[in-house]
Amino acid sequence: MPDSEFLRMQGISKSFDGTQALRSVDFSASAGEAHAISGENGAGKSTLVKILSGALQSDAGEILLDGKPAELGTPLRARRLGIFAVYQEFSLVPHLTVAENILMAQMPTGRLPGLVDWPTAYRRAEEILASIGFTGIDVRKVVRQLSVSHQQMVEIAKAVAERPRILILDEPSAVLSQEELNRLFALVRRLKQEGTLILYISHRLDEVFEIADRITVLKDGQLVGTVAPQEADLNQLIKMMVGRELGEIFPTRLPPGAELALEVKELAKEGTFSDISFSMRRGEVVGMFGLVGSGRTQVARCIFGAEPFDAGEVRLDGKPVRPRSPREAVKEGIALLTEDRKRDGLVLFCSVRDNASMASFESLSRWGVIDRRAQEAKVLQKVHELDIRPPLIDRLARQLSGGNQQKLVLAKWLMTEAKVLILDEPTRGVDVATKVEIYQLISDLAAKGMGILLISSELPEILGMSDRAFVMREGRLVGEFTRAQATEERLLASAAGVSQ
Amino acid sequence: MTSTATPTPSAPVSAGARLRTLLLGKTGARTRRRWVDYAFIIAFVVLLAITATVSDVFFTQRNLSNLLRQAVTNGLLSLGMLVVILTGGIDLSVGCVVALTGIMVAGMSKQGIPLTLAILICLAVGVAAGAVNGFFIARFKLQPFIVTLATWGAYRGLVFVYSDVPITPTNPSFRAVLGGGFIGPFPISGLIMLACYPIVWFFLNRAKAGRAIVAIGGGEEAVRLAGISVTWHIFLAYMISGFFSALAGVILASRLGIAQPSVGSGFELDAIAACVIGGAILGGGGGSTFGTLAGVVALGMIDNLLNLFNVQTYYQQIFKGLIILAAVLARRKQR
Repeated sequence: MPDSEFLRMQGISKSFDGTQALRSVDFSASAGEAHAISGENGAGKSTLVKILSGALQSDAGEILLDGKPAELGTPLRARRLGIFAVYQEFSLVPHLTVAENILMAQMPTGRLPGLVDWPTAYRRAEEILASIGFTGIDVRKVVRQLSVSHQQMVEIAKAVAERPRILILDEPSAVLSQEELNRLFALVRRLKQEGTLILYISHRLDEVFEIADRITVLKDGQLVGTVAPQEADLNQLIKMMVGRELGEIFPTRLPPGAELALEVKELAKEGTFSDISFSMRRGEVVGMFGLVGSGRTQVARCIFGAEPFDAGEVRLDGKPVRPRSPREAVKEGIALLTEDRKRDGLVLFCSVRDNASMASFESLSRWGVIDRRAQEAKVLQKVHELDIRPPLIDRLARQLSGGNQQKLVLAKWLMTEAKVLILDEPTRGVDVATKVEIYQLISDLAAKGMGILLISSELPEILGMSDRAFVMREGRLVGEFTRAQATEERLLASAAGVSQ
Repeated sequence: MTSTATPTPSAPVSAGARLRTLLLGKTGARTRRRWVDYAFIIAFVVLLAITATVSDVFFTQRNLSNLLRQAVTNGLLSLGMLVVILTGGIDLSVGCVVALTGIMVAGMSKQGIPLTLAILICLAVGVAAGAVNGFFIARFKLQPFIVTLATWGAYRGLVFVYSDVPITPTNPSFRAVLGGGFIGPFPISGLIMLACYPIVWFFLNRAKAGRAIVAIGGGEEAVRLAGISVTWHIFLAYMISGFFSALAGVILASRLGIAQPSVGSGFELDAIAACVIGGAILGGGGGSTFGTLAGVVALGMIDNLLNLFNVQTYYQQIFKGLIILAAVLARRKQR
């Protein structure tokens, strides 16, 4: 357990283009502890750990390791001092094998100088993965072919293989399934025993409570305080992060209507999912829970026409539709908010105006020319409705914070006349306050008669928002629960394939 | 920029900011970029001032008119190239389309086909040549560099199939209007070229298809999932490039009065250079019409000045290379 002070960051300040990301932060942590850093988007968490890992340089302040000032100008220097980081953005080389990625600079050579000794390389990589409990990953595979969660685990393995004294995990769980998360936690506990300091950044507060010995909260670039999980409860932590108390997280819902909005019958796609049948009424929020890789996203993409499917039928308002492209799906009134907003949801260098109206160019144009006034009026209306900040429609999308970016993607779909809205992980990487706003919005949309399919890996979200919840496992629908039936245990058991 | 804007339909924009946006495009939003843009304008003005003091020929009507006429080809090619670059692509075949349409308009004119008809046919040929590029790139998702490298060779071959010797039409009207015509002191070809810029600006900033093209360069998948046909818009971009190449080819043949089958080699590089100097990012995600025009004018002026000072062509090329490097270096992303 933590006693001695191993890391000390004093008076750390950093600004970007005139925005103060960190203001004189004093942060300290001990060897052998898991120290969580929490805060809303833009609170400065990533900036702080990037300064520690040498990826960024602070404008002011100093860093002490074991009481001695440490010069951390570059990632290389930080690594020499034993500081390794796993960021949200992957640093793997996608077209090389898992083994090459893990070993990188230390690829073993055979008898002939310069030639790679592949058997040894594979064996060593396998040993490293096995030693940290990450089994089941084929080290001969090219990284690009791995699932995102496996890529994340390779990324972690790569850092752990270097025997770090400080290991920084920046949102490691975002793409991991529950079972994989358990393995990660086991690893974290073992590393702690070996005296490694683990800095753990996560939006999921339940995780933070489970794994952290201490929690430091940042808000607007300033350190609010450090607490032990035993001393504080969830609400206190949220209050520290948000600076005020949040009301109810989940809004009260109106009962759904009677008419069917969407019917999916025996939808199948070779090798991905099969026999998917469900229906959704107007004004209903249907939750879809499942582990990463269970095929939820693919079902959504097929309904939206982004991927072809092999068999089955999709009915919208009772009439069959078979969108062969997103273009057709949008015309039919289907909208899809994708899980990766930066790649699939937004064009980052384009303005708020362009992004918000991208799915409704058709209706905003006459003779192929966009009606700028109508566009501006409608975009501004959505910007105010969703409280996107700052409310400047000529800002570039990349200048917005994560939560506001997500609202912008929502604004894009609300500008279309969608009847069915599919939300794939709508609150991933979004701060608590924005989450609450998004939940309220989902509830409002349902109240207006929209049918909403909510895909999520977060159980509280599924339980709190859905009128009915489905569970997917290995490409099949394995459970259906009404609001009254759904409990955390039942859904988890169903998703993991454990009978109760 | 304040975060307390009122919810009035028109966000408050100062006249200066509006002018800057008009001149430099939306990408000027970042502070550093803006300073780079200012720096370019200042460098430009300084260059002009030096020229004015050193050379007494530069600011003659004759020289300026020549400068404009010489910039027409690159001016048109760069416009098409910009549209393609905005989608994240590249078009290496433009110079060969220039040669193809040039030799065809001369050949048809010599055969007695009415000039207007010949020009229209050539413009159609240019669009078709672009459509072939666009078809393979958009439909089969092939790399633009490879596809247009292939057609670069194929179109050049077509030129020589059409005629392996230069064609000189005897018809006097061939040179009269497009290449040699003037309205007052202004060459018609130059006016056509300059007129194309606001048109393309309008297309890229106000038209549905134009906004889609700009967005595609920043994230194809996001655009596709917004219900916009990426295939069609990429196809369209290459047709636009083909059209401007044809227009440039016809005007060039008309200005020279002779169509050489070998003309146009290296034109694609000048066009790419002009776009890049003007702030375009290869791979998509940046570029503006007026920036490109500035690039065209800058390159044209450098040629013109070095000519006036009797600098050898080889040195001109070295100098141009350095300028391109400097431009890209100055605009490089801040880490």
